[in-house]
Amino acid sequence: MIGFYTVMEGVIAFFLIAGGAFAFIGALGLTHLRDFYMRLHGPTKTTTLGVGCVLIAAMSYFSLLHGGVSFQEMLITIFLFITAPVSAHLLAKSALHQKLPRDPRTEDDIEELREDDDEEETSGERRS
Amino acid sequence: MLDIAFWISLALFTAAMLLCLYRAAIGPDLPDRLLALDTLYVNSIALIVLFGLWLDDKTYFEAALLIAMLGFISTVAVCKYLLRGDIIE
Amino acid sequence: MIPVQPWLPMPLLSVLLLAVWLMLQQSVALGQVLLGTLLAIVIPLVTRHFWEPQPTIKRPWLLVRYVLRVLGDIIVANLEVSKLILDPRGRMKPAFIEYPLELEELFPITILASTITLTPGTVSANLRQDRRTLLIHALNTDDIPATIDTIRERYERPLKEIFGC
Repeated sequence: MIGFYTVMEGVIAFFLIAGGAFAFIGALGLTHLRDFYMRLHGPTKTTTLGVGCVLIAAMSYFSLLHGGVSFQEMLITIFLFITAPVSAHLLAKSALHQKLPRDPRTEDDIEELREDDDEEETSGERRS
Repeated sequence: MLDIAFWISLALFTAAMLLCLYRAAIGPDLPDRLLALDTLYVNSIALIVLFGLWLDDKTYFEAALLIAMLGFISTVAVCKYLLRGDIIE
Repeated sequence: MIPVQPWLPMPLLSVLLLAVWLMLQQSVALGQVLLGTLLAIVIPLVTRHFWEPQPTIKRPWLLVRYVLRVLGDIIVANLEVSKLILDPRGRMKPAFIEYPLELEELFPITILASTITLTPGTVSANLRQDRRTLLIHALNTDDIPATIDTIRERYERPLKEIFGC
């Protein structure tokens, strides 16, 4: 018979390795993809989930050892999931503002990237 | 089992941080470097949490929380600077 | 719901602040509850001039369903992006998509943009000045109208229902 602790240990080990793997893939995307806009995808999605996985593992570990539910990890996770899209949005905006080069296969017929643009009109502002 | 998983995870996060550092060093444009630094701080949160797990000490979570907040604020501030040439409007 | 009082301009924010304070302190001792309540009353009073009025959540249960759906989609999206990054041939077809918004208020648009960034292979890049178009960068898309339809059906319509606008 497999005990409760063994199962929980397996779950925590799985979350730790999955988190590490996701973060590593995100960083791999950051180094290997061809242009900035594509590189933006790796870190914003995979790294956030990777760190989320590690935090969930830590939460279950401390709950298992010391009893009770610890909320601090939960707060960090929620904070990361709220802030990651915001910083990605701002990074994409600053890249568009500087008109960084795109991969030739990108369909980029948009007014933000046309050369004769008046920049003040297109750099829309998001307040939240 | 948990020990092995812990070391694998630690190795993967360290490798991820090295890759980020590489991108921050070569990254052709400023937003590239900024993105690399942003990813670096998110990974460092995981590293600190893993370290706290290793030492069985909960104090490190507060450090992780502080890094999360300061990292986000600095990314936003530098982005604002790139967008407007000014931080406070 | 708690009614709005002159000394309590944003009840929901106050409850949230108290909850976060207690979670940070890891205790529900009387002193912490009192200090948290004090902060939950003082902080909204001090910052109330910074907040623009936002639409209220009309249907909380739909919001719960929406959050669960987004959590599931985050995992699927991560597996997809990982597959694309690890694909040695690297056959990707990135595109910029102009997404015409149906939502009008800023807070729902913020939630929609965040959801788009966290979910299926897309990053929101710019909200135009007139708030009618959201610029999206997709990592790999063959069919732009289909992507727009997916976002509209899966995320924007539920958000419209939640905020009742």
